[in-house]
Amino acid sequence: MSPAIPILLALALGLIGWLAARSRAWAFRKTARAAGGELHSLPGYHGWYVALWTLVPAIVFAVAWSSLSPGLVLARVLADPAASALPAFGIQRDAILAEAQALATGQMTAAFRPQAAALVEPFRAALAHYSTIGLVLTLLLGLAGGGFSYTRLKPDFTARTRVERAVLLGLLLASLVAIFTTFGIVASLVFETARFFGFVSPMDFLFGTHWGPDPMASPTGVSGDRYGAIPLFWGTIFIGAVIAMIVAIPLGLMSAIYLTQYASPRFRSWMKPILEILAGVPTVVYGYFAALTVAPLIRDFGLAIGISSASSESALAAGLVMGIMIIPFVSSMADDSIAAVPQAMRDGSLAMGATTSETIRKVLIPAALPGIVAGVMLAVSRAIGETMIVVMAAGATARLTANPFESMTTVTFQIVAMLTGEGSFDHPATLSAFALGMVLFLVTLTLNYIALRVVKRFREAYE
Amino acid sequence: MSDIASSRLRRRYAAERRFKALGLAAVLFSGLVLAFLLVTMTANAIGGFKRAELVFPVDFRDGALTVDPSQLQGPQAAQALQGAGLADVVAFAAAKHVGEQAAAELDDTAWREVADKLIADPALLQGQVHVSLPVSDDLAAAARGDGPQPMKDLAGRLQADGKLVSAIDWGFLSRADATGPQDVGIWGALKGSMLTMLVTLGLAFPIGVLAAVYLEEYAPRNRWTELIEVSINNLAAVPSIIFGLLGLAVFLTIFPNYRSAPLIGGMTLALMTMPVIVISGRNAIKAVPPSIRDAALAVGASRVQTVFHHVLPLALPGILTGTIIGMARALGETAPLLMIGMRAFVATPPEGFTSPATVLPVQIFLWSDEIDRGFVERTSAAIIVLLAFLLVMNGLAIYLRIRFEKRW
Repeated sequence: MSPAIPILLALALGLIGWLAARSRAWAFRKTARAAGGELHSLPGYHGWYVALWTLVPAIVFAVAWSSLSPGLVLARVLADPAASALPAFGIQRDAILAEAQALATGQMTAAFRPQAAALVEPFRAALAHYSTIGLVLTLLLGLAGGGFSYTRLKPDFTARTRVERAVLLGLLLASLVAIFTTFGIVASLVFETARFFGFVSPMDFLFGTHWGPDPMASPTGVSGDRYGAIPLFWGTIFIGAVIAMIVAIPLGLMSAIYLTQYASPRFRSWMKPILEILAGVPTVVYGYFAALTVAPLIRDFGLAIGISSASSESALAAGLVMGIMIIPFVSSMADDSIAAVPQAMRDGSLAMGATTSETIRKVLIPAALPGIVAGVMLAVSRAIGETMIVVMAAGATARLTANPFESMTTVTFQIVAMLTGEGSFDHPATLSAFALGMVLFLVTLTLNYIALRVVKRFREAYE
Repeated sequence: MSDIASSRLRRRYAAERRFKALGLAAVLFSGLVLAFLLVTMTANAIGGFKRAELVFPVDFRDGALTVDPSQLQGPQAAQALQGAGLADVVAFAAAKHVGEQAAAELDDTAWREVADKLIADPALLQGQVHVSLPVSDDLAAAARGDGPQPMKDLAGRLQADGKLVSAIDWGFLSRADATGPQDVGIWGALKGSMLTMLVTLGLAFPIGVLAAVYLEEYAPRNRWTELIEVSINNLAAVPSIIFGLLGLAVFLTIFPNYRSAPLIGGMTLALMTMPVIVISGRNAIKAVPPSIRDAALAVGASRVQTVFHHVLPLALPGILTGTIIGMARALGETAPLLMIGMRAFVATPPEGFTSPATVLPVQIFLWSDEIDRGFVERTSAAIIVLLAFLLVMNGLAIYLRIRFEKRW
């Protein structure tokens, strides 16, 4: 049975409650008006009051049940005598159970493993058992909530106040989702990172210079010297903060200056959206462009100028394309901060006889510098968190080199590589992805925090 | 004016012109890169929307295919045709008209397309059908000029006779993933993307709008509110791959059965999209003038009624614009979905929110990893499909902004 059925049932109950309560309130209103009075709340609010009492407990239960019941079903199946023939632990056992479940729910039609065939009946029985329990409990909860609230309806019942209180609670819960998400990110990263540091010491991880985890090696007795993340940090900084910024800062800054100071409104209205398209192209498209078109060009160029180690997966290809992607970020931040410089400063410079470019270089840019720097920091934080371009174009070998024609790997690349492999969740190679994620999270957070502070102070300086 | 002064002035004006030219060059360079990217993708994609096909007639009048027209109805029709030996009939016709060697290079599933034709129009069984059927990956590669010499010779011969053509492959838009570039299609990934986006929209839009309403209309100025605001701003800046780690560590632990399902992917992307909707929603709500609220309150509306009956409808175009932009970003997102396992080989379009699926950007990533050259064109074609969807979404956002946005 699909988990949607109890939820649909709850929704149907809610609708019934809404209709019933509203018509009861209409009846109240009729008698109240005959006596020259009026209801406290409009009939619709009575309807919503009952509907909420019916829906909310039933839906909360249905959702909780859908995540709880698979465990209960499994426990009941394992308690069955037919399950005693299963292998004790491991992949085989999971495969047999999964197959039996697929057979029982009708996703598969024929069994491959005889053990699975034996388990189909227990599975079907357990599934039927628990889904019936879930359905009945959902129904009971909905009826209980609806019945309770329905009996409370009176002509002077303050339904609107109560419904509005519930709405306010809903608003508060919705805004708390952001806190829960942040908390969830921090908690999952901290928890898994702590497990990783149970295998590898933080010093080895943060300051080691050799990266070469082996997901197939035995997880016990892992030596820390395979988990030195310095080459990854270097690759990330070299691609995201050096090469990409060498492309993005001049191009972004000059674009912003030209579009705000020189361009005709017509040219500006055409080019600004075109620049913004660059930020809207999905990163997987950039990655493909980097791997298919840019990387071969760069390799040929490297070989032509006599660099024999030029590889078809190069830091330069990934960095250049990433730089292109970042141009709109730099340019829009520079745009904002130049626009924030008071007009009087510009007019003063022009009145003294400076040309436009002298005004820009000697007055506007120095005055806007804090904002521009903050914009660059935001761009860097975006570039080092970028994943698909480096996954597709930068390569997998961890190297400590300053030669941009060689392949290099980054933090994000290794997170993807460690988590999409076949490694188990208890292995330090898999867990290292979370430690890398933690570092990435902290660095981007710090960069953003500083940048936003700088921007804020900068805005205040000119207000 | 002295000579020194005028030459200095000339130099300064020259510097001015250089600076201006530099600025123009920067803008044009960015535009050119974009144009180059789009042109390369489109040029590659043209081949991706086509495939190599053999053209030959199949004659059913000789009675080799004994199938009762009544069997051609219902879901068993294709099986009935297979049982009657349609594959052999097609292979025989191919051998007769294009030669044994070429017939051997017919795609293994080519007969299914003939079967579809027959099911659509059983009257064809009484006559001769001209078919255009996909060839094997090897012959398709040879037709492009790759592969061993004998195969290239065969392809060249067939092309010269007009028997091997490159035809527009409408099936690309209706099939799912496959092992060879000749048989792949985009519909599976597209459907996965749509299901995922539905989940994302269903979660992120209400939560985002409600949170924006709370923060703008109700939140007291205190530490808690500040904490909410700080976390929303931070979430908007967290790299997308971190959301993938969250989805892996939290959602897949709670729902281990739904690995690589659109439900989990959509939930993960919803967390990523929600801050975008909150921020744009707050700006839109802030832009509604206070006089609207005052008027509603003055005629006796409660605060909830004021917000939901008056402020929110007026802010809706702005909120929708932000939502569409956030959804467009989510549609192109790959990394978090790789983390939660939406990279499996899925050969049938997903049936629902809980069946294994892949999405468009992940499909592009998976195909880009394939060695067969035929996938290069297919990948580019998939990219063009993705970009077309993004273009439509952004166009819709711009339209909404122009059509409904009010300046107060």
